[in-house]
Amino acid sequence: MIVPILTNISVPKAWASADYFNQEVIEMAQLEVKNLTKYYKDVLALTEVNFTVGKGEFVSIIGPSGSGKTTLIRCINRLVDATDGSIHYEGTDLLTLKGSPLRHARAKIGMIFQHYNLVTRLTVIENVLHGRLGYKSNIAGVLGIYSEHEKEKAIEVLSLVGLEKYVYRRCDQLSGGQMQRVGIARALVQDPAIILCDEPISSLDPSSAKIIMDYLRKIQNELGITIIVNLHQVDVAKKYAERILGFNSGRLVFDASPSDLTTDTIHHIYGAEAGELIIN
Amino acid sequence: MPAVGRYFCRQKLKFTLIFLGLVLIYWTASRITEFNLIDGFRAAPRVITWFFTNLIPDTKAWERFPRILDKLIETIFMSVMATVTAAVVSFVFAVMGSRTTRINTAIGGISRVVASINRNIPIAVWAMVFLLAFGQSGFTGFLALFFYTFGFLTRAFIETIDEASSSSVEALRAVGASYPHIITQAVVPSSLPQMISWILYMIETNIRSATLVGLLTGSGIGFMFSIYYKSLQYKSAALVILSLVAVVLTIELISNVLRRLIL
Repeated sequence: MIVPILTNISVPKAWASADYFNQEVIEMAQLEVKNLTKYYKDVLALTEVNFTVGKGEFVSIIGPSGSGKTTLIRCINRLVDATDGSIHYEGTDLLTLKGSPLRHARAKIGMIFQHYNLVTRLTVIENVLHGRLGYKSNIAGVLGIYSEHEKEKAIEVLSLVGLEKYVYRRCDQLSGGQMQRVGIARALVQDPAIILCDEPISSLDPSSAKIIMDYLRKIQNELGITIIVNLHQVDVAKKYAERILGFNSGRLVFDASPSDLTTDTIHHIYGAEAGELIIN
Repeated sequence: MPAVGRYFCRQKLKFTLIFLGLVLIYWTASRITEFNLIDGFRAAPRVITWFFTNLIPDTKAWERFPRILDKLIETIFMSVMATVTAAVVSFVFAVMGSRTTRINTAIGGISRVVASINRNIPIAVWAMVFLLAFGQSGFTGFLALFFYTFGFLTRAFIETIDEASSSSVEALRAVGASYPHIITQAVVPSSLPQMISWILYMIETNIRSATLVGLLTGSGIGFMFSIYYKSLQYKSAALVILSLVAVVLTIELISNVLRRLIL
């Protein structure tokens, strides 16, 4: 996938040295997954997964239930510990990190969950500010001390996702779509370079789902944040993603742009019978 | 006989045998203890009349009311103190024992087992154990209430934490929050109301239990009751019972109001 991108850029001849290209290649790969393998006890969840994600890409991961999508996402920010392989994120191997280096790496990776995973008894702003905890000392975090700048930033991201009127509302009074927007705001306030989304629209009605997907696209376009999103809906993946990764039984079986996603490849990812249902 | 008929025949036979077995056990037990159910029922009207003639507090009983009230208040505060102290210790054990927040499986297992042992020993047995160790005193009663409450609340808190906060704990881990952050910012806010509800329930239960424990350990309202009872002053003992009922009902009323406010 490196080659076509480089041919699209008109590179001055003087720069087109080997050094320049190497540098460009390193910068392109913001996230590099190599030979990633995960066993849950004896059950194989991921096997020898290899791919790289460039900065600012919108990648969608599709595949049937149990194909390893969620495990993959969770391996990246270490909510699940991989059995083997490596994941390099902006140069550092995430899988070897422990303690505070791991916390700092996680602080730079946002995550959005299917069930929003908010503290529903707290207000919207309190939940958003949780996104800053990765940068906080124990005492400041425990006492919930946030700087004025952080509070302003929280209000700013809330207006970005259209929740400026709900700042002081308790989260259990919000609708599903609004709660997911709080989830997005919590990820944004982290100031992340990448946001992982684990089936962000699976619990939402179609119109809320569209709103959420549009916000994700906006975040990618305007803030240049890389988006990796697990989806059950192939049509949504085709509409929003620039690149699709297809998984089946823990294997990466498809890695190309949405336009390459043909009937045959969908059958390949989902199995023949399920594939037909998806296409019709 | 067809197969389905044989099946129901077998089922009926099974239940008949179980029923006959129960009857046999009852008959044997009543022979050994020389208990007669029919005599028991026949005595009921006499018991009720006795209740109304002997257990209505007289003026002498009412004269003792200030002292009874004194002991009653002592018992209430003893229960509140034992429950609150136990709740603090229970919270620590619950955090260690919960699947969501435990540091590792070994510590998690240990804290669950400790809590389970404490919970499964009846409060009266705790009272007897501490009676042997510390003699008759208020402290003995406190310890008995404390240990049982600790076991019970740990179990209740573990379930509360797992139920209320596992998803937000995951989110905070993903954000890079530290362990103390996760406990204070996710676990406490999401489980505190349910925990307070359990504490209120335990305070109610402990006021009732404290009476019984007091009988054994010679403290509080239970001791008051046993003095009047043993000196055959039934009317004063009755006043103790009536005031206890009033207190228990009032406390339940208060805690229901509190629950509605926090949940």
